[in-house]
Amino acid sequence: MPGIEEVAGVNGRWRGPHGSEGDHPRAAPGGAPARPPYRGRRRIGWAELMVGGDVAAVEVRDVVVRYGDTTAVRGVSLHAPRGRVLALLGHNGAGKTSLLQVCEGFREPDAGTVRILGMDPIAEHDALMPRLGIMLQSGGVYPWAAAGEILRLFASFAATPLDPDMLLDRLGLRKVEKTRFRRLSGGEQQRLSLAVALVGRPELVFLDEPTAGMDTEARHTTWQLIEELRADGVSVLLTTHLLDEAERLADDVVIMRSGEVAATGTPAELTAAAGIDLLEVRANPGLDLAALKTRHEVAETSPGEYAITGALDTRALADVLAWFAAADAHVTAVSSRRRTLEDVYLSLTSQNPVGAAQ
Amino acid sequence: MTAGTFAPAPGRAPMRTIIGTQIRMELLLTARRGEAVVLAMGVPLLVLLGAGLTHATNLPTGDRLGFVVPGVLALTVMSTAFTGQAITTGYERSYGVLKRLGASPLTRPGLLLAKTAAVLVQIVLQVLFLGLVGVLVGWRPQFGDILPAAGVTVLAAAGYSGLALLLASVLKPETTTGAATLIYVLMLSVGGIMFAAPDLGPVGWFLLPLAAHAQALRDTLTDGASIPLSIWLALATWAVVWPAVAARKFRWE
Repeated sequence: MPGIEEVAGVNGRWRGPHGSEGDHPRAAPGGAPARPPYRGRRRIGWAELMVGGDVAAVEVRDVVVRYGDTTAVRGVSLHAPRGRVLALLGHNGAGKTSLLQVCEGFREPDAGTVRILGMDPIAEHDALMPRLGIMLQSGGVYPWAAAGEILRLFASFAATPLDPDMLLDRLGLRKVEKTRFRRLSGGEQQRLSLAVALVGRPELVFLDEPTAGMDTEARHTTWQLIEELRADGVSVLLTTHLLDEAERLADDVVIMRSGEVAATGTPAELTAAAGIDLLEVRANPGLDLAALKTRHEVAETSPGEYAITGALDTRALADVLAWFAAADAHVTAVSSRRRTLEDVYLSLTSQNPVGAAQ
Repeated sequence: MTAGTFAPAPGRAPMRTIIGTQIRMELLLTARRGEAVVLAMGVPLLVLLGAGLTHATNLPTGDRLGFVVPGVLALTVMSTAFTGQAITTGYERSYGVLKRLGASPLTRPGLLLAKTAAVLVQIVLQVLFLGLVGVLVGWRPQFGDILPAAGVTVLAAAGYSGLALLLASVLKPETTTGAATLIYVLMLSVGGIMFAAPDLGPVGWFLLPLAAHAQALRDTLTDGASIPLSIWLALATWAVVWPAVAARKFRWE
């Protein structure tokens, strides 16, 4: 595996879509919500539209979270621009939820600073909350209240809420509208929590493992909804350990390991920078690989099947094939595979990371 | 799907609306919890009819209703402000409801305000209902000292609420339920509701706030007399100490 520093910036500051690295957030004057000037469905980040006065959705600097002797988050920094979906990806215990709790104002960080929409989530908690949509990993609603009652309660808290009936329909909750929360299935409870997070028409939503416990259909519905949120200009910060979820939804991925940021980048940046990751060549069995091994990681996985691993750019690819030509090998098949997010993730989060910079 | 369905338009509804719907939700959920209704209405009603109309228990007075009805009014205040509130808050904490609602436009102070208001509404309804039943079966209250009676009731409710929130914050919800129910039963037994309270002198009013509250209501509503200073002091102490401790120990999750 290649060093991850080739793949993406390690522990680097999050780069905005147009390298807006220097724009430090400023407190929104009077905490007034920034109204999006545009309501179309073209996929576009607000950072592209708002110059100067705009603040980041989430700005986290050097945040440390400790629980007694254990340190759950060890100096994490990240920057999430407006109007994008950022996925915190990591194993259970990687510190995702702890970091999210700090962003939501449920926990004070032991060190570091957090600004959400330019505001302090604890000191300016009450002013910030109407602008946020929060979906907890579990619980958070009355077990004895019916799904519809819960959603309408939260709708009544908002100045211009979404239509609860529309949300019930969209999330497939209409038939359980009168069912008490504790009698809902796990997936239905998750969907209701999502509806509760969205009903106040927030600027920024925090989704903690949004599709956990959902069946395939509900998961796809939820994914579509999150894509629609982004298209409508809502910023999303979600945690997940599902790679396909991060790959499909996220504009930006932050891979966390043991409380630290292991890598950041767009899914494309994380997976594509290394070029071809695995080249399989079928040729004569038993070739002497000594010379090739000085330049590439190569192994004969079964007689006549050669696997060349590591980042292969065009030059390296030509070099490998030239070596086969020079060896007078009769090549009958060549296949290549790019790194997937899963490869990147596993290489970063496995017990003995290979080449992972930390 | 229309374009821009989710376009952000954040904002808080008027705080009166928010607190109003939250109070409605609190009352609705309490009405749904059978055991809460039994403790708050069923038990006091049974005590009122059982001890008030029959000679099942020995009372220190011949005016059985004059003794029992004020005690039952005090009991219903305790059941709602203390037992019911401790159980509900304990479970709401463990279910993450307090945390979630505190992180909504309702806010934490708003949630506490709504809860307090809901408890007060319940107390008023229960006192009116049980008082009316008392009058229907023959209790003849005096209304000359109704203000002091209301005053001690507010003090008692504040003290009970503080202790309830404290228990719910430091114990597991199951333990809270057990402890709150046990205290209810103990108070019912020795709190001077069905029989005379043990005579512990003024110290007794500090240990048995139910007995103090019941005696204060008897003094005012049955006898039209004033409330002894020791009772005022005892209930005021409860109303200050427990909420103060609860405020320090309160846990939202």
